Amino acid sequence: MTTQEWKFTAKDIALKPDLFLSGHRACAGCGPATVLRLIMKGTRGPTIVTEATGCMEVVSSIYPYTSWGLPWLHTAFENAAANASGIEAALKALRKKGKIKNEHVDVIALAGDGGTFDIGLQALSGAVERGHDFLFVLYDNEGYMNTGIQRSGGTPTGAATTTTPAGSVIPGKLEKKKPITEIMLAHEMEYVATATPYYWKDLITKVRKGLEVEGPAFLHVFAPCPRGWRSDPAKSIEYSKLAVESCVFPIWEAVNGKRQLSIPSRLISLAPKKKKPVKDYLAGQGRFRHLFTPQNSHVLDEIQRATDEHWQKLLQKCESA
Amino acid sequence: MPKNIKQETLGLNGDEAVAFAAKQCDVDVVAAYPITPQTIIVEKFSEYVANGEVKTEFVCTESEHSALTACLAASATGARTFTASASAGLALMNEILFVTSGSRAPVVMAIANRALSSPLNIHGDHSDSMAARDSGWIQIYVENAQEAYDSIIQAFRIAEDTGVSLPIIVGLDGFTLSHTLENVDVLSDELAKEFVGERQFPTVITHEGKTVPYKLDPDNPMTMGPIALQNYYFEFKRQQQEGMNNALKKIVEINNEYAGISGRSYGNGLIEAYKLEDAEIAVVCVGSTSGTLKVIIDELRQEGLKAGLLRLRTFRPLPVEELRNALQNSKAIAVMDKSMSFGGLGGAVFQEIRHALYDEKTHPPIINYIYGLGGRDSSPRELRKIFEELTRIVKTGNVDDQVRYLGLRE
Repeated sequence: MTTQEWKFTAKDIALKPDLFLSGHRACAGCGPATVLRLIMKGTRGPTIVTEATGCMEVVSSIYPYTSWGLPWLHTAFENAAANASGIEAALKALRKKGKIKNEHVDVIALAGDGGTFDIGLQALSGAVERGHDFLFVLYDNEGYMNTGIQRSGGTPTGAATTTTPAGSVIPGKLEKKKPITEIMLAHEMEYVATATPYYWKDLITKVRKGLEVEGPAFLHVFAPCPRGWRSDPAKSIEYSKLAVESCVFPIWEAVNGKRQLSIPSRLISLAPKKKKPVKDYLAGQGRFRHLFTPQNSHVLDEIQRATDEHWQKLLQKCESA
Repeated sequence: MPKNIKQETLGLNGDEAVAFAAKQCDVDVVAAYPITPQTIIVEKFSEYVANGEVKTEFVCTESEHSALTACLAASATGARTFTASASAGLALMNEILFVTSGSRAPVVMAIANRALSSPLNIHGDHSDSMAARDSGWIQIYVENAQEAYDSIIQAFRIAEDTGVSLPIIVGLDGFTLSHTLENVDVLSDELAKEFVGERQFPTVITHEGKTVPYKLDPDNPMTMGPIALQNYYFEFKRQQQEGMNNALKKIVEINNEYAGISGRSYGNGLIEAYKLEDAEIAVVCVGSTSGTLKVIIDELRQEGLKAGLLRLRTFRPLPVEELRNALQNSKAIAVMDKSMSFGGLGGAVFQEIRHALYDEKTHPPIINYIYGLGGRDSSPRELRKIFEELTRIVKTGNVDDQVRYLGLRE
């Protein structure tokens, strides 16, 4: 990774031509669509993108139209990282043999939470273990939204989905969200980070850092889904701020395993009073509506307790780094 | 053999012959996962990589699903790609088999044909690739290690032909061919490389009106693997069939061209007729058992019986016209299947052959023999019984059981 950080202004980003273009069919207020547009602002030169089956793949590539201003490949759901392996291997071989231009080409793999936490985990783990040079971006909208809002390994505790409905006996998803970034860190990757679209500059910087790594890098991006979360489309960016402020989704980066909170989360760690209660984040999201009833108040308490515990552990991990 | 072309004779088993051919074809990317009885192919290829004999990027994936995915993605990026698998491995690839053909990626895959679980069995039969019949891959089955070598070289030319642009499976019988040492005549590296040539790309017209090669290229951004709905999906599938139709001609052409440089050809590339012109009774077979059948036919001919063999080399695309022409004079036909289609009328090959002959004026009786499942040996003595049965059918006109099992204990 280059030691000198890439500096840019809002104007630079606004002037940089979009590579994820308008005209796609995403819903109003779609978090992932905003995330993808920002990610593409972080590219630094010739780039090939590959994407798992999912919302963003479907809305952006309806034949004969496309929203992609760069070479883009989709093959299936569980194999975005395997696609990246093949693309990277091909670029290497063709360059070595002089069959393509002798220039570096970045490879970005995109997948939702289903294509990362669940069905795509094996291919991701394999590709990272093999050390392919690519950036894997997880846009996490916390469920299988494309197929109609089903539970995934990325769905948080308490959320109602169509396969974890809020019933009279079971109050939504009982299980925890899978600690995907910890799993990726355990692969001893050079770069692992989390980001949200509210802190767009942080997100774009992390994309660039991930691309600068010579090897695999992993970026976990929080991406609100108004349809799946039963939330106001106008508030997607607000939720991506509240998630950080309530420490539900702290943002940080780990370079060679050394973890550091990114500025918004670091400010909360320095002034703990600024940490908002999880209720502020959960309220207004229809998927958590059932928790705001007397019989389910214990679930809310448990979410707060688990969030606090997770945050404390994260602080320790950052300190020990 | 053509004059002035020196070929070296090497002692190779089928898997080694495949690996040797892939080495000579200047493959850019190999992505694979080990599975018996294919493993020797990837082991051998790894040695070539380790010893710097090839400039190939070898990707040792964590599963067959990722192996084929990586091949597909590499192929989409413009690389010549090769992989090998068998049995459960091919079954795990199943989803991506369809995506590869639908993406028109000319991946070449050797399959050391092996039985499918359950019960677990590592030995040879055709259950694996016959189950992939409708996945849109060209399928060629070989008779021996020599043909395995020759067919891999031909496979790149067929798959990468711009009118074809489809993936191809070259099937060799597990253990019977994959692990059996034979003398294999090989072309010089230069000649093989010249024959295969550089990968060719179909062209597409961009929205700006530019004609560009169909591949992922930062200079010519292209969206590959889109979603196509009710208004376009059907046309994509119809075009795939066009690729198959073109393959039918291309396989014949390349078989001829290859004969010109090597002195070896396999029938017309689609079917191989053995003493079939005047045959009254005919057996249709796929793969290595054809070799044994040829020996038996020679014996029967000496005994005065007009017996012949049709070896179906290309199963997909099915050479319907060739099958009709070759079999129309037979008075009784037995079709051999090394796999089952449970609940269907006989095995896959039987169904295809019988179907192809339906419109012929002469309707010879056709029977099906399921044989060799899970690697069960079919002895010459048993195979001889097929001809005896066909002779009886011609004499009596009485077919009895249409689907039979050869060498089964029951």
